[in-house]
Amino acid sequence: MSAVENVLSVAACLLVLGPVAVSLRRASWVSGFIYAAASGLCALLAIFGIARLIGLSGDSVLTLPLGLPWIGAHFQLDSLAAFFLVILGVGGAVISLYGIGYGRHEHDPMRVLAFYPSFLGAMTLVLLAADAFSFLLSWEAMSLLSWALVLTHHQEADTRTAGYVYIVMAAFGTIALLLAFGLLAGAEGHYAFDAMRGTVRSPVLAAIILGLMLLGAGSKAGLVPLHVWLPLAHPAAPSHVSALMSGVMTKVALYGFIRVAFDLLGPLAWWASPAVIILGTLTAVFGILLAMMERDLKRALAYSTIENIGVIFAALGLALAFRANGMTAAAALAFTAALFHIFNHMAFKSLLFMGAGAVLNATGTRDLDQMGGLIHRMPVTSFLVLVGAVAISALPPLNGFVSEWLMFQAVLMSPAIPQDALQLLVPAAGGLLALAAALAAAAFVRIFGVGFLGRARSPAALSAEEVDRFSQTAMGLAAALCVLAGILPGMVIDRISTVSRAILGGQLPVQAHEAWFRIVPIAEGRSSYSGMLVLLFIAVSASGAAWMVHRLASHRLRRAPAWDCGFPDANPATQYSAGGFAQPLRRVLGADILGAREAVFMPEPGDLRPARLTVTVDDPIWRNVYSPVGAVVSHVTTRMNGLQFLTIRRYLSLVFLLLITLLVGLMLWA
Amino acid sequence: MGMIAALLVQGLQMLLVVAVAPLLVSIVRKVKSRLTRRQGAPLVQPYRDLIRLMRKDVVLADNASWLFRAVPYLVFASTWVAAALIPTFATGLQFSWTADLIAIVALLGSARFFLALAGMDVGTSFGGIGSSREMMIASMAEPAMMLIVFSLALIAGSTQLFTVAQFMASSEVGLRVSLGMALVALVIVALAENARIPVDNPTTHLELTMVHEAMVLEYSGRHLAMIELSSALKLVLYVSLIGCIFVPWGIADSDAGDSLAAYVLAVFLYLLKLGVGGVALAVFETSIAKMRVFRVPNFVGIALMLALLGTLLLFVTRSL
Repeated sequence: MSAVENVLSVAACLLVLGPVAVSLRRASWVSGFIYAAASGLCALLAIFGIARLIGLSGDSVLTLPLGLPWIGAHFQLDSLAAFFLVILGVGGAVISLYGIGYGRHEHDPMRVLAFYPSFLGAMTLVLLAADAFSFLLSWEAMSLLSWALVLTHHQEADTRTAGYVYIVMAAFGTIALLLAFGLLAGAEGHYAFDAMRGTVRSPVLAAIILGLMLLGAGSKAGLVPLHVWLPLAHPAAPSHVSALMSGVMTKVALYGFIRVAFDLLGPLAWWASPAVIILGTLTAVFGILLAMMERDLKRALAYSTIENIGVIFAALGLALAFRANGMTAAAALAFTAALFHIFNHMAFKSLLFMGAGAVLNATGTRDLDQMGGLIHRMPVTSFLVLVGAVAISALPPLNGFVSEWLMFQAVLMSPAIPQDALQLLVPAAGGLLALAAALAAAAFVRIFGVGFLGRARSPAALSAEEVDRFSQTAMGLAAALCVLAGILPGMVIDRISTVSRAILGGQLPVQAHEAWFRIVPIAEGRSSYSGMLVLLFIAVSASGAAWMVHRLASHRLRRAPAWDCGFPDANPATQYSAGGFAQPLRRVLGADILGAREAVFMPEPGDLRPARLTVTVDDPIWRNVYSPVGAVVSHVTTRMNGLQFLTIRRYLSLVFLLLITLLVGLMLWA
Repeated sequence: MGMIAALLVQGLQMLLVVAVAPLLVSIVRKVKSRLTRRQGAPLVQPYRDLIRLMRKDVVLADNASWLFRAVPYLVFASTWVAAALIPTFATGLQFSWTADLIAIVALLGSARFFLALAGMDVGTSFGGIGSSREMMIASMAEPAMMLIVFSLALIAGSTQLFTVAQFMASSEVGLRVSLGMALVALVIVALAENARIPVDNPTTHLELTMVHEAMVLEYSGRHLAMIELSSALKLVLYVSLIGCIFVPWGIADSDAGDSLAAYVLAVFLYLLKLGVGGVALAVFETSIAKMRVFRVPNFVGIALMLALLGTLLLFVTRSL
C-alpha cells in the first residue's frame, strides 16, 4: 500500500470509531477503549508523517470514485501534508492518552465519544484532500464535529452561546473558503489541486484569493478581528477537546492557508504580504493583552492561542514578502520559523490545556482567583504546567525560544528587501513581536503565580488532589516534547527543510552535523544558538553554586511564618489576585488598546456602604464590530419576520413580481 | 592559541565577573555617599554582607514551595551564563557561539521570569506588587532591548556579540546617528532592568513604590545572598555590554594570538571601564529623583521609541 492509502485507512478507522463508540455505549470500558484506540491510530498517523519527512516514502496520490461524479476524490500525501500529519498525530496521540484518564470524569461520556474520533479523522482528511470538493467537505465535517464537541456541556447557557457564535463564524469562514476555491478553480472549473497549480493568475486575482483565505482559514485559526468565537468555544469544550482545538485544529486551519498561499496560488505580488504581516502582529499583541486581563484560566489560554496564531501569521507574511522578492534563503528562514512555531504551539498549548483540565477536575473551577497553592497539592501537574509556561513565554532553553529566535533572525534579513513600505513595516513588526513575547512572559507569570503558587484561595483549592497516571503521562510527554525540541532544534529544522524545499525551492543549511546540537540558520559568523549547551551551562552552574553554598557556607533551614514586612495577614484574600497582578499593564496598555475602564465608588463620610472598585475589560472588537452588526441583523430579521405569515395569494403575487423584475433585468442587460 | 589557554581565559573571565560584581555595587554606593557628604561603608562591605548572609540560616516561610528554594540558584545560573557570554576583556572565546545577543536578552528574561514567580510563591501582598510591577517594566524594556539588538545586528551584520564587539572596535564604524540612539536607549533599559533610580530604588525596603526589593522580600540567608549576587552580576553584565559595544577598545582577541601582556592590559582596561561606569551611574542617580511607578512606562517608552527610530534609520539607509 502506498503512504496515502495507509493514512486514508487510518482516517477511515478514526471516522468509524465514533459510530462504534455509540454501538458500544452500554459497555463500561468503552471510554477507555475509544481513547486508547484513537491514541494508537494517531500515533500511526505521526509515524506515517515522519516516514514521509525523513524520506522513507515519496509523495503519493490516490483518486477514489467518490464525491462529485465527474471529478472523483483526490488524495495526496506530500511533505507539507506530512508535516501537519505529524502535528495532528503527535497532538492527537498525547491528548487521547490524556482522555483515557480525563474521560472518566465526564458525566455524559457519549456526548464526547461519539464525535471525538471522527473529529480526528475529519482533520486527517483535510490534510490529505487534493481537490476543492473533498477539502471543503472535510473542512465542514471538522467544523461541525468540533461544534458538536463544544456543545458537550450544553446545559450551561454560556456553552450554548459559544456554540452559536462558533457555528455562525464557521459558516462565514466556509463561505470565504468556497469563494476562494471558486476563484482558484477559475471559469473552467479545475477542482483538482494539480490543475490549480498550473493556472496563471493576475496579481489582483491572486491577492483577492489570498484575502479570502485570510478570512476563511483566519477565522478558523483565530486571526483578529475574526477571533471572537475562539475564547468562547475553546474553553467551553471539555479540556481534552479544548487542547485538541487549540493545539491541533488551529494548525489544520493554518495548513489550509499555507496550502493555498504558498502552494496553489503561485507567485504573489509583494504588496499582498503587508496585510498578512500587519494582521499577524496586531493579532499577537491584541491576543496576549486580552490573555493578560482574563481571570478564567482556560479562556486566558485561548487568548494566548490567538497570540501564537498571530506570531505564526506574521512569520508567514514575512516569508511571502521574501519570496515575492526572490529571496529564497530568507523566505525559507521565515517559513521554517513559522512551521517550527506551529510544532511548538501544538506541544505547549496541548500541555497547558491538559494542565487546565487537571486543575478543573481537581478544584472544579476555572477562575484563577479560586485557585492558588496548587504546587503543594498537585506537584506533578504544577511542574509540567511550569515547563509549558516557560516554553510558551519564549524563554531559553525550551522550544518556544527557538522559533522566536528564528523569527527575529528572519526580521534581520529584511533590509535587503527593495520596497520602502516593507522596510518600514518589518522592523516595527519585529518590535511588536518582541512586545508580544515580553507580554506573554508577564501573562504566564500571572497565570502560574496566581493559579499554582501562593496560598490556596478557596476550600476547593485547599483540598485538590493530584490527577490520574494517564493524564500525568500525557502531560509529561508533551513537556518532554517542549524540552527536546528546545535542545535538539536542528532535528526539527531538518525535517521542516523537506517541506520548505518542496514549497519554496529553498531551505536552511543542514543542521544535523553542527557541533553541540547548535543551529546556524544563515552562516556561522552571523548567528548561532545551542539550546543543549545553554541548558547544560545553566544546570551545571546552578547545581555547582548550590553545592558550593551548601558545602562551604550553610545548609540549615528553619520554617517560620511569612515575613511580609512584619504584617502577615492570615486571610488568603490579601494575596495579589489575578486582577491585581494585571493592574499595572491594564493601566499602561489596556486603557489605550482595549479601552479598559476603572470606576471607583467612594461613599460619602457617614455612609455605611462599602467602597467599590469596578474594572471593565472586554474585547473592543466585540463591542465595536460584532455587537452593532448583530443588532442590525437582528433588527432586519425581526422586520422580515412578517413575510412568514402572508396568504398564498400574496406569495403568488410576490413570485410573479420577482419574475417580472428578473425578466426586465434580463431585457435591459441584453 | 591552544584549546587549554582559550578555556583558561573563558574560565578566568567567568570568575572575574563574579568576583568584581560586589565591588562595582560598592563603588556605586561609595560614590553616592561621598556625593551626599557621607562617609559611606568601606569598599569591602558588600563582600562581608554576602559572607554573613551565606553563613546564616535560611528562614523559610511555612508555605514556600520547592520553586522558592530553587529560584535563587536558577536566577544566579541564568545571569551568570548570560554574563559569561559577554566579551569583557577578550573576544573569540570558546563557546561564545552558544548564544547570541538575542539569547542573552532572553536568558535575562528567564531569570526575571523565575524571580517574579518566586515573588508570588509565598502568597504575600508585597511579593505580588513587586512581581506585577517588575513584569510591567520588563514588558516595556524587553522590546526596547530587542530593537537595540536589531540596530546593532544590522550595523555589524551579525547577532553574535563577539562579532559585534570586533566590528565596533574596527575603524569601519565611525560616528552614526543610530548608534547614538541605541546608546541612549540601552542606558535607559539598563537603568530599568537593574532597578536603579529613577525607575526603582535599590536602597529602600519600606516604600510602596518599590519593585525589585518587594519581590525578594521573603528571601533570607544564603538564598538572599545568591539573589544579591545575581543582581550585582546583572549590573556588571550591563556595564560590560555597554563597554564592549560602545567603548570596545583594548579588548584582547584570542584568535589573533595576543601576548600575556596584552591580556593583563585588557583586564586592567576592563576594570577601569567598570569603574567609570559605576561612578557615572552614581553621579546620575544622585542627581535625579525617583519616578512614580506609572511614569516609568513613559521613561522606558523613550527607549523603545529611540531604539525603533535607530532601527528604522538603518533600514532606510545603512550609512547613518
